[in-house]
Amino acid sequence: MARILSILVGLFFTVALLWSFGNGFYTWAIDPAAETAEEVFHKHPEAHHFSFDGPFGTFDHQQLQRGFQVYQQVCAACHALKHVAFRDLAQLGYNDAEVKAIAAQFQVPKYDAATGEVTTNPGAPTDYFPPVAYAGQGSPPDLSLVVKARHGGAQYVRSLLTGYTDQPAALLKEFPDSKTPDGLYYNPYFANLNLAMPPPLVDDAVTYSDGTPATTAQEATDVAAFLAWAAEPTMDKRKQTGWPILGFLLFATILGYMSYRNIWANKKH
Amino acid sequence: MAEEDGVRRRDFINVAAVSAAGVAGIGVVIPLVSQMSASADVLAASTTEVDYSSVQPGQAIKAIFRKQPVFIRNLTQAEIDAANKVDISTLRDPQTLAERTKPGKENWLITMGVCTHLGCVPLGAGEGEPRGEFGGYFCPCHGSSYDTAARIRKGPAPLNLQVPDYAFTSDTVVTIG
Amino acid sequence: MSFPWAKEYTPAHPFMKWMDERLPIPRLVYNAVGGGYEVPRNLNYFWNFGFLAGLCLVIQIVTGIVMAMHYAANSAVAFDTIEMTVRDVNWGWLMRYAHANGASAFFVVIYVHIFRGFYFGSYKAPREMVWLLGVVIFLLMMATAFMGYVLPWGQMSFWGAKVITGLFSAIPLVGEPLQQWLLGGFAPDNAALNRFFSLHYLLPFVILGVVILHIWALHIPGSSNPTGVEVKSESDTVPFYPYYVAKDGWAIGVFAILYCAFVFFAPNYFGHPDNYIPANPMSTPAHIVPEWYFWPFYAILRAFTQNFFFIPAKLMGVLAMFGAILVWFFLPWLDKSPIRSASYRPVYKAFFVVLCLDMLVLFYCGGAEAKEPYVMISQIAAMYYFAHFLIILPIVSAIEKPKPLPYSITEAVLGKDDAARLEPSA
Repeated sequence: MARILSILVGLFFTVALLWSFGNGFYTWAIDPAAETAEEVFHKHPEAHHFSFDGPFGTFDHQQLQRGFQVYQQVCAACHALKHVAFRDLAQLGYNDAEVKAIAAQFQVPKYDAATGEVTTNPGAPTDYFPPVAYAGQGSPPDLSLVVKARHGGAQYVRSLLTGYTDQPAALLKEFPDSKTPDGLYYNPYFANLNLAMPPPLVDDAVTYSDGTPATTAQEATDVAAFLAWAAEPTMDKRKQTGWPILGFLLFATILGYMSYRNIWANKKH
Repeated sequence: MAEEDGVRRRDFINVAAVSAAGVAGIGVVIPLVSQMSASADVLAASTTEVDYSSVQPGQAIKAIFRKQPVFIRNLTQAEIDAANKVDISTLRDPQTLAERTKPGKENWLITMGVCTHLGCVPLGAGEGEPRGEFGGYFCPCHGSSYDTAARIRKGPAPLNLQVPDYAFTSDTVVTIG
Repeated sequence: MSFPWAKEYTPAHPFMKWMDERLPIPRLVYNAVGGGYEVPRNLNYFWNFGFLAGLCLVIQIVTGIVMAMHYAANSAVAFDTIEMTVRDVNWGWLMRYAHANGASAFFVVIYVHIFRGFYFGSYKAPREMVWLLGVVIFLLMMATAFMGYVLPWGQMSFWGAKVITGLFSAIPLVGEPLQQWLLGGFAPDNAALNRFFSLHYLLPFVILGVVILHIWALHIPGSSNPTGVEVKSESDTVPFYPYYVAKDGWAIGVFAILYCAFVFFAPNYFGHPDNYIPANPMSTPAHIVPEWYFWPFYAILRAFTQNFFFIPAKLMGVLAMFGAILVWFFLPWLDKSPIRSASYRPVYKAFFVVLCLDMLVLFYCGGAEAKEPYVMISQIAAMYYFAHFLIILPIVSAIEKPKPLPYSITEAVLGKDDAARLEPSA
């Protein structure tokens, strides 16, 4: 009886699934969903080896400082960095005075609950990067976590910044409706191919204080590295802590295994 | 003999394995304990800037420094004289008023508003609050009385009200911390 | 119950004797995980996963308590408090990654533990209660993990909360009010976040309680073993201490190495990038998926795309998804074969292998985008899933001809058992 009941319940679910499957298969066979322009022309981030890749990788402070320069002089006009405090910049190798000077270059609003007024003052090292008011089209995302918040991480950021091109002729031929709308810009690394941000970087958009030639690719790479740091300033510490712990665990596990063999030595199992 | 050595070596392995587990246990405890101490953003606690220009002689204001009250008091000449008259050697925590203020600004007494007994906020900085029998501050929790230099004079508190690091950055602004 | 040859606890120190007569906790421990618990000598490494699951629960409770010390369940600041924990709290990054990856580790371990049970028939008499409590633990774990994932209040948190509570809206008549009651509003916000936090803190301790019952129920008949043959004599067993303490001990080492490798070198591997974007009720991420450990059940949910007679597809999906787990409750009565271990059940063993592959397919489809051919594949895989438990198992267990069993565990291990000769031949 129980067996018959269970078989009936089983048939209920399998037949319902078969019904769904049959309908889906019919639709798929008769009228397969057409490929979209995004599916055909979207590109995965270009491979690039950053100094912080892999379990041994660490941030290159020189590069982070260059990247910060790009952020400050280019990106910061539209993009905030709210989870990062100016004091964190000390990790990039700036000394206290430099951190103080950088903080003072930003205007930080403070809300006074007593008066209800917002006053704006030059930043102090303990302040966080201030919000950025953006008047144009779209809403530039906060960049403090962007590297963690996108598939491909720093490689994605780098590819996006260098990936602006004209729409390929093949795309317009295959998908005539997919012309990039006015006010948007074609970029195959962006999920839906057209984004509101105009190409932000050009050659010599900044003048690096360490004399590195500021090509577009160099700027994109540096700022991607900086944003990787901004997304996880504790990464170096994490990896440096990990190795001795793994080493110790390996040692302890070998000891544990020897002890196990030893205790079971006379017990066949 | 060889048998005995073998036994001892095997025991040693077990002891070593258990010890390694113990070390691992201690290693786990370290971050678990450490995470409760002050975080980086708290340690980087900012300095506080206070506009003290509106404080009239005989008045005081409260400001916030590291989430705690700071008293900024403009002493009257009578209060300064009263503080200077005291024989230092009779004090529980001997300090002169001059040691507790900045040169040239002896009338500006800036102290933490935290009783050194158990941390209550003493009265006396606000308008109309009792200032205790020595004219400074009076802590209502356990009855500690401070004089016009915020030195402990009576009651259970062991020390004078603490003077934080501060500097007068302009004629109207003092930076604490 | 324990076997008659199990050693009895004898307090060595006068204080322990004093304690034993008043509050016999040392005796309890001795009989549960000490020299007083006799365990089959032939357990393989799959039997380590129960102990590891317990370890995972401890890791999650300890790191979770730490996370709660720095977290604020308020939709305005929840995301920021987690970031602040990771960036500024001493070892905060370690606590966060240990907790997030701990959830994944817990599910890896628990899935192995469950499938160990499927293969070796651990759910069969006299261990049905152990199995039922285990399924309860699994359900509680899923609820806890789901609510925990909502707490960071990222995009996946928010939309996860919305979609999963949306499942309840499929229930006829009471669905909509029920969803609103669960969320305390029309959409996930402060009310939902706060209650999820409260329950996320509570449920692990409920799990701990059920785990204690699970172990208690296990210790009545004693541990099962790979042959599925009952323990017969002293030569079949070894005391838990030191034998299985040593074996579990070094297994913990292997587990810790793998776990730490992820925590320190790939902490976001199991996570989803979108959850690093703060919750935005105005825009759904392009591709929303739950955490990986829900994928098979998510695939089953999505497999129902057509109304079935008068039952809407949405309700069918929800019924099937919950049914897929609830069916485990009936397993001891669906599989009536008296033979426990699949090692002696050639037909069942073949279907078990298919079930494992089927689960892998469901895992893959549940994580993939909701488009063809993944939906069709998941429909076939889900069909097998239900057929396996509800149709194949009852039939196979009735008609299968098992292989001969060893006389005893000792015989299975040593090739012969002197006691066997004393038994009259049947």
